[in-house]
Amino acid sequence: MWEYTDQVMEHFERPRNVGVVARIDGEGQVGSLSCGDALRLTIQVDKDKDVIEDAKFQTFGCASAIASSSALTEMIKGRTLDQALSLTNQDIADFLGGLPREKMHCSVMGQEALEAAVANYRGEKPKALEGQIVCECFGVTDVEIERVVRTNRLTTVEEVTQFTKAGGGCGKCLEKIEGILNDILRKSAPKSASGNGQAPGRLTALKRIKLIEDAISNQIAPALMRDGGDIELVDVDGPLVYVALKGSCASCPSSKRTLADFVTERLRALVDPEIVVREHKPE
Amino acid sequence: MKTIYFDNNATTQVDPKVLEAMLPYFQESYGNPSSMHHKGGEVAAALREARKRLADLLGADPAEIIYTSCGTESDNTAMWSALRTQPDKRHLITSRVEHSAIINNAAFLKRLGYRITEVGVDREGLLDLEQLKTALTPDTALVTLLWANNETGVLFPIEEVGALCREKNIVFHTDAVQAVGKIPINLKNSPIDMLSLAGHKIHAPKGIGALYVRKGLKFSPFMIGGHQENGRRGGTENVPYIIGLGVAAKLALERLPEENTRVKGLRDRLEEGLLQIPYTMVNGNRTFRLPNTTNVSFEYIEGESILFHLSHAGICASSGSACTSGSLEPSHVLRAMGVPFTAAHGSIRLSLGVGNTEADVDEALKIFPAVVQKLRDLSPFWKDNGPVQESSLLSCEGNSCQICN
Repeated sequence: MWEYTDQVMEHFERPRNVGVVARIDGEGQVGSLSCGDALRLTIQVDKDKDVIEDAKFQTFGCASAIASSSALTEMIKGRTLDQALSLTNQDIADFLGGLPREKMHCSVMGQEALEAAVANYRGEKPKALEGQIVCECFGVTDVEIERVVRTNRLTTVEEVTQFTKAGGGCGKCLEKIEGILNDILRKSAPKSASGNGQAPGRLTALKRIKLIEDAISNQIAPALMRDGGDIELVDVDGPLVYVALKGSCASCPSSKRTLADFVTERLRALVDPEIVVREHKPE
Repeated sequence: MKTIYFDNNATTQVDPKVLEAMLPYFQESYGNPSSMHHKGGEVAAALREARKRLADLLGADPAEIIYTSCGTESDNTAMWSALRTQPDKRHLITSRVEHSAIINNAAFLKRLGYRITEVGVDREGLLDLEQLKTALTPDTALVTLLWANNETGVLFPIEEVGALCREKNIVFHTDAVQAVGKIPINLKNSPIDMLSLAGHKIHAPKGIGALYVRKGLKFSPFMIGGHQENGRRGGTENVPYIIGLGVAAKLALERLPEENTRVKGLRDRLEEGLLQIPYTMVNGNRTFRLPNTTNVSFEYIEGESILFHLSHAGICASSGSACTSGSLEPSHVLRAMGVPFTAAHGSIRLSLGVGNTEADVDEALKIFPAVVQKLRDLSPFWKDNGPVQESSLLSCEGNSCQICN
């Protein structure tokens, strides 16, 4: 059973602001019946003050989708449009005392519905619809993925799926998502990693690579060897550390978890908390 | 609040008689059945009795039973044994609606270079027997099929498929975890080579399963170790649980008529009552099916939300919706059947058992309509007393997902 907070269950059991506002000034629709969750948000706007007078929702979806929609309407009522637009999906999740990682896409859906409703009121095109569709199953664009990755500081493809649903259907776009993610991580890498203008005492790129090499050969590889496995450093690119798994690790179905949990945890502790580990797949 | 437990396909309550029989084997009779002294001897004798009881439930010989830790271990043992004993054969046949123990092993075998055929089902969940027939080749090492589907209760023609496999000398395994104790099973003279079962579905505890392996079938152990189970599954026997499973098997045999009369009657009345709610349908063939299971879709609402509201009112059930499975798509079983997406996300499985009463059904039929109405009132696809005819939210943007297609 999901670990839902009391706030999630409260908003699910007794959702606030269900229905449609008396005068629809803006309307946002996100998701679809086929995809398993859908949200229709309508807002009534005080045009002189640019304030959301009323907001109501209709949601088809799980408990966290209903709770996120209910929370959203509570959070935006009485706010100016610009104040409302500054809300992030994390704000919605925080309002509910947090959501399970697998359910974070419900908070993203709320934020996108709001954006769509305001855009609709202003006669603009919603941001989420800009860009190229990456995930065809759930209609997720690269712009949307990039924003969610940046807002929530995501580092793995799995997280992108949990937050946007992208890649959660047929899985054909998973490689594309990894490419987008790696680009963002590279761009947002701390300057010290690229060796430019580092503050005194910060790592140079060379020292950092040396540290990674040492950590892998002296600490991580011996631990894996005890279980008949081995690991080899392939490349370092900004925060991304590419490694190849060998021996029993290479054919072990749980090797992905080994990577994510153990290697990442060790490298972050020993070298740099920003490190993201990737498995190098031979061509 | 009284609990109405309609989730017996997930697990069952340990029967008091089962528990009572197990308890002495924790403290008084704690010997190792392999030991050459009286503490071991008394346990070995009890194990022989338990094994016979389980064999009787299946119409098998006690020597044909191998105890395992669960249904998943039984499935793993059967698959890997069939492949290891026929190393030259590289093809495996299963179906699209199997349990994850089989599905994920098949996917793993595919990566190892095996050829896998997944036979489809029709709109009612019935096996495409013609597809299966054409898939049988001299290279086929194993056919493995669920006897009764855990989500819909739909039965596969196991005896018929077994006979086809026997004709072609292909090993045939069935995962009968949901079937055992609910439909009559007699393996004597049957063409079934291997059969998996799990104790906790028949009122024994979780953590004990068994695999039937027909006498004379080549076998390769999955768990390599000591001489236990005639060298076919190493590891000291889980004595109290094996004893418990023996009693549970005896009770299951005695209760088989009740499952197929009283429990079936309750299921049918519950199902008919639920179908009175508009835009509701049953998933799966209603004749070739377990007596205790129904899978009902409430259109335009989502399964997890239904489950939480039901739970709040005391009813325990399951759902094949995406949100409950931890994946983002609804159950592979409903998708394989082609259940329309308006219904797949709102599917609820109700699985009854001997512990249920007429009063449970009466109470449930009072609770369900209000829960469904409450969620439909929230749904953007529902207005007044029916579905919204036009909505841009009905299908996904690309119209390219597996459900829309």
